[in-house]
Amino acid sequence: MPQELDILMIEDETNIAEAVRFILTREGWRIGLHPEGKGAMQRIRAARPRLVILDLMLPGRSGAEILAELRADTDAGLAATPVLMLTARGQGPAVQPLAEKADALLAKPFSNDDLRRVVRELLA
Amino acid sequence: MPFETLVAGCLAYVALMFAVAFWADRAAARGRVRWLDHPLVYTLSLSVYCSAWTFYGAVGYASRSGLEFATIYLGPTIVFAGSWWGLRRLVRVARTHHVTSIADLVSARFGKSNPLAALVTLIGVLAATPYIALQLQSVRLSFEVFATARPEDNGAVGGTALWVAVGLALFTILFGTRNLAADERHHGVVTAIALEAVVKLLAFLALGVFVVWGLADGPADIIARIARAAQDPANAEGWQLRPDRWTALNIVSAAAILTLPRMFQVMVIEAADEDRLRMAGWAFPAYLFAMSLFVLPIAVMGHELMPADANPDLYVLTLPDAAGQDMLALLVFLGGFSAATSMVVVSAIALATMISNHWLTPVWLALRKRPADEETEDLRGLVLNSRRLAILAMVGAGWVYHEASGGSTALAAMGLVAFTGVAQVLPAMIGGLLWRGANRFGAYAGVGSGFLLWLVIVYLPSLGIGSPPPLPEGVDPLAFSIFITLAVNSLAFVTCSIFWFPDPVERLQGLSFVSAVEPPRNSSLARGDDRAEPLLAMARRVWGPDPALLFFRAEAAAQGKSGYLPDLTPRFLTRLERRLAGSIGSATAHAMVERAAGRTSLTVADLMQVADEAQRAKEETQRLENASIELARTARQLREANEKLTALSVQKDAFLDQISHELRTPMTSIRAFSEFLSEPDLTDEERRKFAGIIHEEAGRLTRLLDNLLDISVLESGQAQLSVSASNLHDLIGRALTAASATRPERVFGIDRDPISEHVPVITDADRLLQVLINVIANSRKYCDAERPWLRIRVTRRDGAGTQIDIVDNGSGIDAGQQALIFEKFSRLNDPARAGGAGLGLAICREIMLSLGGEISYLPGQGGAAFRISLPARPPVGRGRVAPPEGQA
Repeated sequence: MPQELDILMIEDETNIAEAVRFILTREGWRIGLHPEGKGAMQRIRAARPRLVILDLMLPGRSGAEILAELRADTDAGLAATPVLMLTARGQGPAVQPLAEKADALLAKPFSNDDLRRVVRELLA
Repeated sequence: MPFETLVAGCLAYVALMFAVAFWADRAAARGRVRWLDHPLVYTLSLSVYCSAWTFYGAVGYASRSGLEFATIYLGPTIVFAGSWWGLRRLVRVARTHHVTSIADLVSARFGKSNPLAALVTLIGVLAATPYIALQLQSVRLSFEVFATARPEDNGAVGGTALWVAVGLALFTILFGTRNLAADERHHGVVTAIALEAVVKLLAFLALGVFVVWGLADGPADIIARIARAAQDPANAEGWQLRPDRWTALNIVSAAAILTLPRMFQVMVIEAADEDRLRMAGWAFPAYLFAMSLFVLPIAVMGHELMPADANPDLYVLTLPDAAGQDMLALLVFLGGFSAATSMVVVSAIALATMISNHWLTPVWLALRKRPADEETEDLRGLVLNSRRLAILAMVGAGWVYHEASGGSTALAAMGLVAFTGVAQVLPAMIGGLLWRGANRFGAYAGVGSGFLLWLVIVYLPSLGIGSPPPLPEGVDPLAFSIFITLAVNSLAFVTCSIFWFPDPVERLQGLSFVSAVEPPRNSSLARGDDRAEPLLAMARRVWGPDPALLFFRAEAAAQGKSGYLPDLTPRFLTRLERRLAGSIGSATAHAMVERAAGRTSLTVADLMQVADEAQRAKEETQRLENASIELARTARQLREANEKLTALSVQKDAFLDQISHELRTPMTSIRAFSEFLSEPDLTDEERRKFAGIIHEEAGRLTRLLDNLLDISVLESGQAQLSVSASNLHDLIGRALTAASATRPERVFGIDRDPISEHVPVITDADRLLQVLINVIANSRKYCDAERPWLRIRVTRRDGAGTQIDIVDNGSGIDAGQQALIFEKFSRLNDPARAGGAGLGLAICREIMLSLGGEISYLPGQGGAAFRISLPARPPVGRGRVAPPEGQA
């Protein structure tokens, strides 16, 4: 039986994942990591986290696709899981539609305080 | 006024006319025709219509018949104001066919028939002779007005007509026969006539003003006097407006403006182009209106003030003379003199051209027994002399007629006789211009019958020979003769045109006069004659010399003839026409062949002209087609360029997007971990670890920027190569050492063949090393074999350069992605992601291109396999490499 998670993070950049884990762990959240797009959805279903932090550019499967599948899930509780989207693509028009589907969007590089604040709000 | 003053003024005026004509001719000869060419000069020259008959006779006419005189002005006004476009067409057709006179126009339209032209000339001469006599008479009468007051001058007047005739003949010969080409213009004559037109108008207007405000009491008084005169029982019958006469006179004067030889001369022959009719269309009617404005007032005042036996035709002179207005009388005299002389001069020129071209020259050529060689013989002297002779004859005939008739006829009557005569040409002329079916038989019948009828019932009786036919009570003889001659004429013209069928030549002429497009087809052609030579010349114009000769020779051979001139068999003509049609269009080809083969009077030069024109039209069409093709191609190129730019723009956006991603990713780590470092509660180990991550990511950023700069320099072709000779074995060794820094924990087996590697390469060693390191490091990074190894093989072929194959034992690259790996940011699914941004292989490709070689993926080698090819020749000055002179 897996330990219950507050946050599941899907991010391929190890250093960024390490940084996020360091920040949020010190905040007291239990955080798990999935390093690629492939299998991310199964991992979310299995872990049922209270928040998903999702990178947009992932090897295997893009964050946008994962988000769309999550929102379309038949399990209404799962589909409503809050999602924080991380993107390294600035905030141009290509990113705009994602911001509407995701509950929050952080552009890389973000400040640690911003990350703490957004996660606190989403898990409040 | 002393008679001497009159004679001196008259002589000075004549001298002025000579000077003006001489000056204008000289200016025209020097090419300074701008002013002479003004439409105003043209319009004024048309006033030659207002001869002495209208100048003196209109007042006489008005005093006898009231308003009826106005028809003489109304007919031309209707023609000009109502159909100046119709006149334009007449001018265009006449100029296109180089017509020289009204007779020539009619004959050109109806199959170039000279008998028809001779007949029209006869009408013109018969009508003009008494008309010219009339002008001489008017001059003599006007002299007499001044002479009768002083009996001692009477002797001097007797020879006036002769001296005037001699002077006019001299003037006409001098300025009317300067040019050989009868369709050329006479600037001197026209300018002098335009000046005379101004004198005429000024004189008449000045007299009118004097009569209305000097003799009468202003316009209101004049109108009252006219009204009284109209009710005068003595005038009642003559002044009554009769619809039959009114209509007939309008018709005949409208016809005369078109068919009088002198009118045709100034209106058509002397017109530089049809555009001047635009101004003449309103200005000439205005001139006529001004000339007619004071006719009735002068007539009424003359009737009131002059003795009952005074000649009304001379009121214009006797009124100012009796009032003691010497200068006005002189001006009016000069106006009348102008009217008379300009009419004689232009009539003489026009008729002399007709007589010379249609009477004298054909007769002379026919009398000369030997065959005519028109190409070489100079007919210049003959034509000019016959024209001079004709001028003398015309003016002489007028003088003889004047002397013989005793000068007693009423002026107006003679004018109408002439008008009715020349009007007989009108049906054939209008019909020829508007009706394709009109033909020579109709023209002969119409003009001939109208002429004979006119001769018998109008002309000869007016000379006192025979008498007009008895008419029932109430039928006006003048109106009757006008209606009957024109009706018989038109009926004969239409009937005969319908019942006879024209020959091909005439149909072609008719076609070009009526401006129809389609030529008649399937007409019979003349056969078997010897006119192949002009046909060949014509074909050469169209096809060029060699193809034409080839075609003719082949056709001759087909007929069993040697040489290049085949018989004009129907078969040959059909084939020629079909071939020509391909080049110049079927209509022109048909017209040309038919004319050439049909023994017409058309010359070879005419045919050449047709061919040239058609060829020019074809070239123009071709040029337009080419231009449109060119335009379409340019549009396509623009569209392609635009698509390319759009695609490039999309690529550029994607590239910037990628760069943004690649820059932001390491910066995210750097930012996060550098923030951690400022936190107080970290362990030393954590601090070291975080500092290490920051260092690592900073290195990644630096590499990315280096690579970006590298590739941009390489892609722009600005890379400077430093070429030297190196040993390939050394380079591979250095590359293996450098690449071992990538994932140093992995142990790679290396399989080399040192002997084959010992080859010298002349290239930029540092750049080649960069490529080798990149490829080897990639293997170290991605080779997923449990016990990885790398095989390096060098092959060298003379003349084909050197190849370095680097193969590992991993799972290789999917076939679908092999094409993508050399593109920028084409990082494949890369869970390991050892800091690369996907630029490495793109840089390798650019480097190899600048070295003159290439790098490619070798499929089917088991693992990932790359082939680096170096060219046989060193890369300096090749490919995209900048020459080394830029180096300091």
